[in-house]
Parts: sequence; structure tokens; C-alpha cells
Amino acid sequence: MLTNTPPINYIPVFIFIVVSLIFGVGTLVLSYFVQTRIDDKEKLSTYECGSEPISDARNPFPARYYIIAMLFVIFDVEVAFLYPWAVVFDQIGLFGLLEMIIFIALFLVAYVYAWKKGGLEWD
Amino acid sequence: MTAQLLFFYFGGMTVAGAIVAVASPNLVYSALALLLTFIHIAGIYVLLNAEFIAAVQIIVYAGAILVLYLFVLMLFNPEKEKLYLHRQYPVGIFLGVVVLCLMLFAAFKTEILGQEGSFTVEAVRSMGHTDAIGRVLYTDYIFPFEIASLILLVAMFGSILLAGRGRHLRKRGEAFDLSGGGTPPEGKPKRSDEVMVGR
Repeated sequence: MLTNTPPINYIPVFIFIVVSLIFGVGTLVLSYFVQTRIDDKEKLSTYECGSEPISDARNPFPARYYIIAMLFVIFDVEVAFLYPWAVVFDQIGLFGLLEMIIFIALFLVAYVYAWKKGGLEWD
Repeated sequence: MTAQLLFFYFGGMTVAGAIVAVASPNLVYSALALLLTFIHIAGIYVLLNAEFIAAVQIIVYAGAILVLYLFVLMLFNPEKEKLYLHRQYPVGIFLGVVVLCLMLFAAFKTEILGQEGSFTVEAVRSMGHTDAIGRVLYTDYIFPFEIASLILLVAMFGSILLAGRGRHLRKRGEAFDLSGGGTPPEGKPKRSDEVMVGR
């Protein structure tokens, strides 16, 4: 439940976010009001590395991107389990090391499976 | 007072982001609104002194799961599939009502204050949230921790099987035009290859 005081450690983070927001949005807003705008047809057309844009930008992408993203999610969750383990490692000692070895070994099985099935290959 | 104001800000932005995510006709805008929601939920976690959960919320949800959503959005053609998506309204409304009822039930029927354990707000604050989680997760809750590894293993098997990375499966997918409509411009796939796979 909410306590009366917000976590005081996070005030620098909060200030950082606020300042970066002000800087980002402020730059855009300021330049919008300061600039002179002379638009022509070429300037407003879609720019694609100097060549003529072909077809719609919202083409379906290959399903390989999905596999890569899925693998990224899974290994990201694995890494999330490593942070608290690293923090308390000096308190749990050898037992903690062994259980983390089991944890990582299971992921190694998944990794080898993904590798053998060609999940890491592009073509 | 400050905590209340911050809570209303984060809660309001969470709800606003969620509404935009559902209502926006542009799917990429929906995904970005969802990013806003995820980040503000992390803010609520910080207010609840759950710093580790807040960090994981940013790393996993805003980092990985949103990328997954974006890639899923890029897999299909919104113009072609519009009819199919709109047919899902009844199911969506039904599921939404069920989840809302569950949340209201949890909000009004649950005893918020249980028995006080050894990890009080003050104790968690003094030792640090990550530390507190680590102390119980790797000692008392070792079995669920190892089970989580197994569940992720199964998720990885499932995703690779379903998305069909086997040679014959991929060939068939291309025959059914699953792998993308037109041929992308030269050079583009190679470049994303290097970025994504890291080769």
C-alpha cells in the first residue's frame, strides 16, 4: 500500500526524466515557432535514401523477426532473474551458485535447441 | 500528499495510455501508447517501494515485450486483415468484462492487510528491494524459481515449433506467402540481419 512519503532515492531519477522531457519537447516546440517554413512538393515527399519510395511502408515482415523477438524476451527474463541473485550472492553462497547453475543449464538446453533448429539463422 | 499526486499522475497516464492503445486505428501508435502505459506502471511500482519490479517492468515489458508486439504488428498487413480483426469484437468484449469483474472482485473482496511478516515496508526499504527479493527467492522459493526456468524452456520450444524454423516448414510458409508480400528493397534485409542476430 502507499506510504506517506514517496521513495526519496528516486527523486534524482524523476528530475532526470523531467529535464530530458523538457529538453526533448521544448526543442521541438521552440524550433516549430522560431523556424521559417518554406514547403515545396519535393520537401514534403517521403525521403528514402534518395531513391524513389516504392510500395507501402507497412509491408508484412518475415516471421523470422518474431522468432528473434521471442528469443530476446525469454533471455531477457532469464537475465532479470540474475540481478537479485547477484545482489545476494554473498549471503547464499555455494547453494545459490548450484541452483543458478541448474537454472542456466535448463536455458542452455533451450539455447542449443534453438540453435539446432535454426532459430538463430537468418537464411 | 506528494505520493498521492504522483500516484494520480502515474495512474492517470497508465489508463490514458491503455485507452489510446485500444482505440487508436494505427497499430504502431497503439504499441507506442502501450509503451507509455508500461513506463507509468513502473512509476507506480516505484511508489509502492517495489524498485526491482519497476526495473524489471522497464527491462522486460518496455524493452522486450514491446519489441515483440511491434514485430507481431509488422507480420501482418493491416489493410488485408481489417475484416478479420473486427470480427473479434464479441470475444474481446466478453473477455474484457470477465477481467474487469475479476479485478473489481479482487479490489473489493480481498483483505489488503494480511499478517505482518518479517519483511515490513521499513525492513524492505532499509535493506533494498532487490536484496529482499533475492533473500527469499533463492532460499524459500527455490522450487518456483527452477520451475520458472522450465516454463521459459517450454515457451522457447513452443515459439520455435510454431513459427516453423525447420527447412521444410519455412519452404511451405513461403509458398503460402507468409514470409512477407513484396520483395523488400535490396540491402535492407541484410542490414537488419546484422543488427538483430549480431553477426
